[in-house]
Amino acid sequence: MSGELERERLFIRPEQWYSNQGISTLFSTRVEAIYPAEKQVITESGDNIAYEKLLLCTGSSPHTLPAEIGGKLKGVYILRSIADVEAMQPEFQAGRKLLIIGGGYIGLETAAVARKLGLKVIVLEMAKRILQRVAARETSDFFRQLHRSHGVDIRESTQMTRFTEQAGRVNGAELASGEKLEADLVLVGIGGTPNTSLAEQAGLDCENGIAVNETCQTSNPDIYAAGDCTSFVRNGQRIRLESVQNAADQGNLVARVLAGEQVSYQALPWFWSDQYDCKLQIAGLNIGYDQTVRRAGSKPDSQSIWYYRENRLIAVDAMNEPMAYAMGRKIIGAGLHPSQAQIADPNVDLKSLVN
Amino acid sequence: MAFITWKTKDGNEISVDVKDGLNLMEAATANNVPQIEGECGGCLSCATCHVFVDDQWLEKTGEVDEIEDTMLEMTDVERQHNSRLSCQIIAAPDLDGLVLFVPEPE
Repeated sequence: MSGELERERLFIRPEQWYSNQGISTLFSTRVEAIYPAEKQVITESGDNIAYEKLLLCTGSSPHTLPAEIGGKLKGVYILRSIADVEAMQPEFQAGRKLLIIGGGYIGLETAAVARKLGLKVIVLEMAKRILQRVAARETSDFFRQLHRSHGVDIRESTQMTRFTEQAGRVNGAELASGEKLEADLVLVGIGGTPNTSLAEQAGLDCENGIAVNETCQTSNPDIYAAGDCTSFVRNGQRIRLESVQNAADQGNLVARVLAGEQVSYQALPWFWSDQYDCKLQIAGLNIGYDQTVRRAGSKPDSQSIWYYRENRLIAVDAMNEPMAYAMGRKIIGAGLHPSQAQIADPNVDLKSLVN
Repeated sequence: MAFITWKTKDGNEISVDVKDGLNLMEAATANNVPQIEGECGGCLSCATCHVFVDDQWLEKTGEVDEIEDTMLEMTDVERQHNSRLSCQIIAAPDLDGLVLFVPEPE
């Protein structure tokens, strides 16, 4: 998005890598249906492909806004694939007005890139605060301040009712308050939904994603699934993760399972988000937290927020504080539960809490 | 262009010419060097591109900055004096001939 990397450097592996590894690839080919009884998939061009084991890595798709409120107008973008970036990038020109719907990671990271390129940016968040679904109040406060200091107009508890247009192209939005905003382009970043239609049609159990067990196996023993499209049980609760870590670790796990290893999915989740010069690193899952502890950072613009659930440490958000992230990952990964007082005290060396 | 060699514990060597400006995590994953994952794409969030730099190349591969230094705390294989995250080493003519060792879990 920022134009810092050339297109070919954005791929996880270069195209020729797959053939070098003896992996056949069929790109730009849509699978129409899975026939589990025959152990075949049918492509849109009518080809049958037989399988012994099948792995579904169908990912997730960003939510869009309905056409009735202007969600399909020209100039309204979503951000998921390289194609989405390439469609939007020519519009990223200094001085233009970008309206972002949704104050989650997609919206905020895009806001940061757009400000660097000199666009005027407004972020609308329907909830009381940005990042509400994924982070504690202190983390939201940090990022609100960060974006405001870079000139982003962040408006929380603010609902848009419809986009306005001129000749089929978006030119602004109306808010529930009646206020009208001007915009040259719009990014909608309001979360995503797992791509489960193939799985559902094949009769696989789905529950907020393709339901898999601890070996990433679906309700059909010959079909596995990995990544954003799956839901799995963690701490007694079925969850779904949209993250690089989960996609890579589940993919890795399936390969090992299919190679005959006895392994199960236990990986500690981690995430990151780079905005301006701020590096947010997250270890663990904060689901169900009932307490947060702030630990002052080693620099004025750094801090970490530690999440507890029933006095057990479950996650940490580290802002410009990689040591808190690194040690947090070790502490949580080892199943240790340092006290809130230890975490809050900047004189306690985090390294001493690892052992 | 720089000719880079990765050596694994079992004695295998992978040597390739790497275009100037590419980082050595990218070069390693493109060439299937084992153990180098590069999950975060080179933004210093994952520590999955850990390498040991041949001692005689330590100076030329440059300083370890603060973030990299911290992230080296969380590598799978414990860090040594010559540990680097290879996403932070950028191919350039003065690294022609560089030798890296791939850490492998016991």
